Amino acid sequence: MSYIITNFRHPLSPTNKLGFTRKDYEGALSTLCAGCGHDSISSAIISACFEMSIEPHRVAKLSGIGCSSKTPTYFLGNSHGFNSVHGRMPSITTGANLANRDLTYIGVSGDGDSASIGLGQFAHVARRNLNMLYIVENNGCYGLTKGQNSATTDLDSVNKSGVSNTFEPIDLANLALQLGATFVARSFSGDKQQLVPLMKAAMSHRGFAFIDVISPCVTFNNNPGSKKSYDFVREHQEATSSIDFVPMEKEITTQYDPGTTQEVTLHDGSVIHLHKAIEGFNVHDRRSALRAIKDHQERGEVLTGLLYVDTDPVDLHDVINTTHKPLSSLTESSLCPGSGMLKSINDSLR
Amino acid sequence: MSQVTLSQVSTRKLRSDDISGVNELVVRFANTNGTGSASANNMFAKAVFRMGVPISPKNIFPSNIQGLPTWYEVRVSEKGHLGRREGVDVLVAMNPQSMAKDVEMVLPGGYLLYDNTKPLDLRLIREDVTYIGVPLTEICLREYQDPRQRQLFKNIIYIGCLAALLDIEFSVLTDLVGDQFKGKEKLVAPNVHALELGYQYARRNFDCPLKVRVERRDLVGDSILVSGNSATGLGAVYGGATVAGWYPITPSTSVIEAFEKYARRLRIDPGTGKNNFAIAQAEDELAAIGMVIGACWNGARSFTATSGPGVSLMSEFLGLAYFAEVPVVLVDVQRAGPSTGMPTRTQQSDITSAAYASHGDTKQILLFPSTPRECFDMTAQAFDLAERLQTPVIIMSDLDLGMNDHMSAPFEWDDERTYDRGKVFDAEQLEQLARDGKRFGRYLDVDGDGICYRTYPGTHPNKGAFFTRGTSRDKYAIYTEDGDEYVANMERLQRKFNSAKKLLPQPLLKTSSEVAPIQESERYGVIYFGTSDAATEEAMEQLAADGMVMDGLRLRAFPFSREVETFISDHNRVFVVEQNRDAQLRSLLVNELEIDPKKLLRVLNYDGSPITAATICSKIRQHCAQQGSAGLRQA
Ligand SMILES: Cc1ncc(C[n+]2csc(CCOP(=O)(O)OP(=O)(O)O)c2C)c(N)n1
Ligand code: SF4
Ligand SMILES: [Mg+2]
Repeated sequence: MSYIITNFRHPLSPTNKLGFTRKDYEGALSTLCAGCGHDSISSAIISACFEMSIEPHRVAKLSGIGCSSKTPTYFLGNSHGFNSVHGRMPSITTGANLANRDLTYIGVSGDGDSASIGLGQFAHVARRNLNMLYIVENNGCYGLTKGQNSATTDLDSVNKSGVSNTFEPIDLANLALQLGATFVARSFSGDKQQLVPLMKAAMSHRGFAFIDVISPCVTFNNNPGSKKSYDFVREHQEATSSIDFVPMEKEITTQYDPGTTQEVTLHDGSVIHLHKAIEGFNVHDRRSALRAIKDHQERGEVLTGLLYVDTDPVDLHDVINTTHKPLSSLTESSLCPGSGMLKSINDSLR
Repeated sequence: MSQVTLSQVSTRKLRSDDISGVNELVVRFANTNGTGSASANNMFAKAVFRMGVPISPKNIFPSNIQGLPTWYEVRVSEKGHLGRREGVDVLVAMNPQSMAKDVEMVLPGGYLLYDNTKPLDLRLIREDVTYIGVPLTEICLREYQDPRQRQLFKNIIYIGCLAALLDIEFSVLTDLVGDQFKGKEKLVAPNVHALELGYQYARRNFDCPLKVRVERRDLVGDSILVSGNSATGLGAVYGGATVAGWYPITPSTSVIEAFEKYARRLRIDPGTGKNNFAIAQAEDELAAIGMVIGACWNGARSFTATSGPGVSLMSEFLGLAYFAEVPVVLVDVQRAGPSTGMPTRTQQSDITSAAYASHGDTKQILLFPSTPRECFDMTAQAFDLAERLQTPVIIMSDLDLGMNDHMSAPFEWDDERTYDRGKVFDAEQLEQLARDGKRFGRYLDVDGDGICYRTYPGTHPNKGAFFTRGTSRDKYAIYTEDGDEYVANMERLQRKFNSAKKLLPQPLLKTSSEVAPIQESERYGVIYFGTSDAATEEAMEQLAADGMVMDGLRLRAFPFSREVETFISDHNRVFVVEQNRDAQLRSLLVNELEIDPKKLLRVLNYDGSPITAATICSKIRQHCAQQGSAGLRQA
């Protein structure tokens, strides 16, 4: 679709702590179908980064291939982006993060990109606990190649051509939990209230933060039989709890009723408030999350919200003991041992 | 089965037709893998080297961890011929499993050292070989209690025997033991004792030394003895690599192991004790190269090492890096393919798949090291080249170079040298560009060499950000499927590839015309690269001695520079020596330089063992016979 972009900026457009307006976090015009769930996710990313006052150029956005993977062009135009190859965003992000641990990494992928061709890389980036926000824009189909079923298409879900899916789906949130991901959430592209704070919390999390975002494909998978359509998800969504996110620097002003709110303090000092959690659900317990996902699935419901968080994660750099400075910033003086050392190496080889 | 006892196999006096000579021999050790023979055999090679005599050791091993035959072959050559040579002068036959075949390899008049604790199968006895029986097992049973020690010291004992038989200075061996067990002094005495046991036994029982023997010389200068993979790993440290992603595969694994070993020594931040490097063992080669691309895109120097199967898996990503113009350093330690082929045998058979790695119109830069020194230099240089050219650079090593120790010029480093990080705008340059009223374009060919300016992520709050992608884009990195933009971009990439020619290591000319002048009418050339160098140069000497004089050109990089074209056009016929079936380098020459295929004659060896001068000579002679060439008559 196309629409006219305006250069007009209201003199009073709100700025964040760093003096940036929301516009500074926007990207090129989207070329996705009008109403595509993926565009709402881009918009949520823009809100989250703006509200978090992240310097746009300190974010790197990476993706694989698919409609979903195209979206990094449509947000954060002042950030470097990398649209790589199908299913391989995780390895590119791993290398990028190893090179410079000081940037915020947002990886965007699709259900085809992550649950099929890229399942291996998805699994390994999760188990390495790479410090990144990993978003799967999950429409239960291959959008860009025109609507084939994907590995997350629900059992018995009927696609636009009337064909029902006969294979068990892969639940990426469930898988991430089992693989040791330290932050796992599920959300819905149509639920900005929930999605934006989840993204903010995920970016504050120092480790692998995974959000499976159900994101209807209006062109190929938004029909009555589909279980990833707007209507289906709106009707069958239940949240673990509603959430507020308070970044580290911000003072906590809102008062919550004691007993109804759980407070989760992340490693960097920011706080997530969880209200009205579902009965017996514990956000610090993997098994509780896995059980809740399964219970809801059996009832034909989609469980959304924050599913699990480890507030003191050990990320890849901790494990391999990398220096605190970005490796990319090191120069000859700390990288090259020089000729004197080489002489003694030569001597040891005679 | 008829067998003979020790008394029957004579430790007879040497015969007139026994192989004799000083410092020109091949010693082959036949062992079983997993028995700890490797370090003992290495000690032998190094002892000869320390006596100032050139050597070339080669491991010949199966793709197996324990129990199968392995061989270690040392060519000793005072003339400095360090290619492999067929035929064994002295066989140390420690493996009954392979003995029958091993015995066949011994040259008439050669020697065979064996364990005569048990009688030898009569069928293994050749009239024209001298059998030297040493009761190794018996000595070990007597001297050691622990079964593992009995096994390990058996190896050291036969080295002691060889020392006496070949006249190796005993003090050189004891020094080596001292060096090897520095910090574990407890082990020195028992090892020296084992050497003594063998040495004394041989002296008591045989006429030592044999007619073929080693004698101290001063022919190795300041050379070092090191494997290509160690040199590559060290080159990556010196070249400033900070991120390595990798997946284990023989014969490349030891590149990363060496990088890690040296980095743990040389790259620890003194203040914090933390690592100024990161190594990630990936889930496969796709992820390994993906990590490299991500790291290089983000401003680090990064590399991976693999072999043929890994290069195949990396193919899609290599196309991305080529097209998106991301620097990558990839080390391909080639082995015998296709498929799993012979994973522990050497070949140069990834030339085509590396040169044109990936779909679409791709061409990759290749470097061909021949020696450990070149592995070191080219690896360090590869990072400069990759960043200067913003494209993958593939270092084409092979199993022979990578996993065997080679005598090599020592490593050198100029402390004045700085890394060439290529065309990268920093924040200040982006500001200046804006002040000059210019717009940053990631794919603008400002300098006309096809190489554009890039920026690293995180550089500037509102300038210089761009979107990297494998899809076509305009000069400002904006997505486009416009045919003209696409073609312009592809042509620029071609221009960039041509710009590379001047920057790459140039070919080296080697002529034997000082031996005899070349007839103007019959100018013959030999093109070779990588580990075919020593054998080719030895073959050229042999042919020249027979009156067949020719010029040699050792290629060191692809794309080929003008010198290669000139060399081919200056010669009537050119032999192309390589270690693969399909004459892949020859195809590349024909294809890229539009050479008449008839002019390039194949000289091939691809049985998995390093090429020999004898093979090269005989193939060249065959060609000559077929061509009925006047100038290349057999002498
Ligand atoms: C190696 C490779 N195989 C196949 C394709 C074709 N392809 C492009 S996008 C896509 C599927 C994308 O599905 P998904 O990740 O779910 O993204 P969506 O378009 O649904 O957002 C495929 C199969 C490709 N680009 N590369
Ligand atoms: S095809 Fe589907 S996923 Fe792709 S842009 Fe259109 S609506 Fe979105
Ligand atoms: Mg999809």
